[in-house]
Amino acid sequence: MRHIVVVGASAAGLAAAETLRRQGHDGTLTLVGDEPLAPYDRPPLSKQVLAAEWEPDRLALRTAGDLAGLDLDLRLGVAATGMRLADGAVELADGSTLPYDGLIVATGVRPRRVSGEGGHVLRTLDDAVRLRERLTPGRRLVVVGAGFLGAEAAAVAWRLGCEVTLLEPAPVPLAHAVGTEVGQVLTRAHLERGVNLRCGATVAEVTGDGVRLADGELVEADEVLVAVGSRPNTDWLEGSGLTVGDGVVCDEYCRAARDVYAAGDVARWYNPLFGQSMRIEHRTNAAEQGMAAARNLLNPDARKPFAPVPYFWSDQYDMKIQAYGYLRGHGEVAVVEGDLNERRFVAAYRTGDRLAGALAVGMPPKVIRQWRQAIASGANWREAVGAGEVQIS
Amino acid sequence: MKVELEAEKCVASGQCVLAAMDVFDQDDDGIAILLDEQPAAEHLDGVREAVAICPAAAIRLVDQ
Repeated sequence: MRHIVVVGASAAGLAAAETLRRQGHDGTLTLVGDEPLAPYDRPPLSKQVLAAEWEPDRLALRTAGDLAGLDLDLRLGVAATGMRLADGAVELADGSTLPYDGLIVATGVRPRRVSGEGGHVLRTLDDAVRLRERLTPGRRLVVVGAGFLGAEAAAVAWRLGCEVTLLEPAPVPLAHAVGTEVGQVLTRAHLERGVNLRCGATVAEVTGDGVRLADGELVEADEVLVAVGSRPNTDWLEGSGLTVGDGVVCDEYCRAARDVYAAGDVARWYNPLFGQSMRIEHRTNAAEQGMAAARNLLNPDARKPFAPVPYFWSDQYDMKIQAYGYLRGHGEVAVVEGDLNERRFVAAYRTGDRLAGALAVGMPPKVIRQWRQAIASGANWREAVGAGEVQIS
Repeated sequence: MKVELEAEKCVASGQCVLAAMDVFDQDDDGIAILLDEQPAAEHLDGVREAVAICPAAAIRLVDQ
């Protein structure tokens, strides 16, 4: 292949570009990013950056020297606006057209919003810096959405001395992801610190004075953070010839079409380890999938299915939450190590007759790794969990 | 080749141990530990994998 184009210059795109070079691609390698910044890391945005513990320059994913060593045709600050599969070309916002022999789509996601003006979102470095300038002691912050991002931001704002309200439409935060009981235990960390958590609160719009709920009540705020999930950046692929359906639809090789692959938050692919199609918005998946897509693009005759055990972590107050596997849609949760109420535990998740995932708080790495290994080996639920578990749902 | 680990950035994911268990370990809090600063050639592919998948970009492999 002479010319490979990678669209998206964050974790997945960078991993793809590095892998292409390491695997011997010596033709032109174009990396396109809509932000003007060199590839940077996003998880610290809702943690150390929001807390003003880290300056933005610590987020660089690679040094300038390492990037230069990749010999990239780097197009930063310019979005891709279109793609034509039939012509093998990508169009950019500056009017240029990039013909490709191989393409990797890694355009990520953007935050969902709610009606109204003036709320913050938290996806880019600009977003994080803008919000952190406002989080001074005594300010009233309302966070719309008590998912992992909202919960992390709430924890940081509380530590900075803000008066924090978390609004969540569901009865229990995170219940759809981690189960009701685990969701309740994780939520208690906010309540103990005096964060005002309001469940069953549906937001109608962000106003100049705060947030208007569906029942008409105004929740007053100095700042509002909207953290209600995200949607894949696939608008630019409309009419491209690629199949889009909550992400770029790929097979188990991360292949969307001939010589076109997708990776990271934007990719919906079939994970053979779990026997289902998934789209994963986790930092580690971005890198792993970027690497897998690059390898398969360069070596189609020796392609390998991408069958990872997804992993994510979340830092909230003194809690480090770590999860392996695919927890969504689980049918049963059991505490298999530690004690839920002490917030030192491993919870195992069953889907069908399999161990599909495990979530740990405050447990040593060796314990967590054993559970990861069991998930990776496709362990049967009964055999993995044994008789000693405490079933909680 | 020399491995550099910036433990302060580590998020305790343990991905490096999965990629190169002869070169990395974790302490009781999960923070990565460098076992071998100058790993033998046979471990370098694993280290490169660790560099690429470390979710904190805390590992570098540098020429000496």
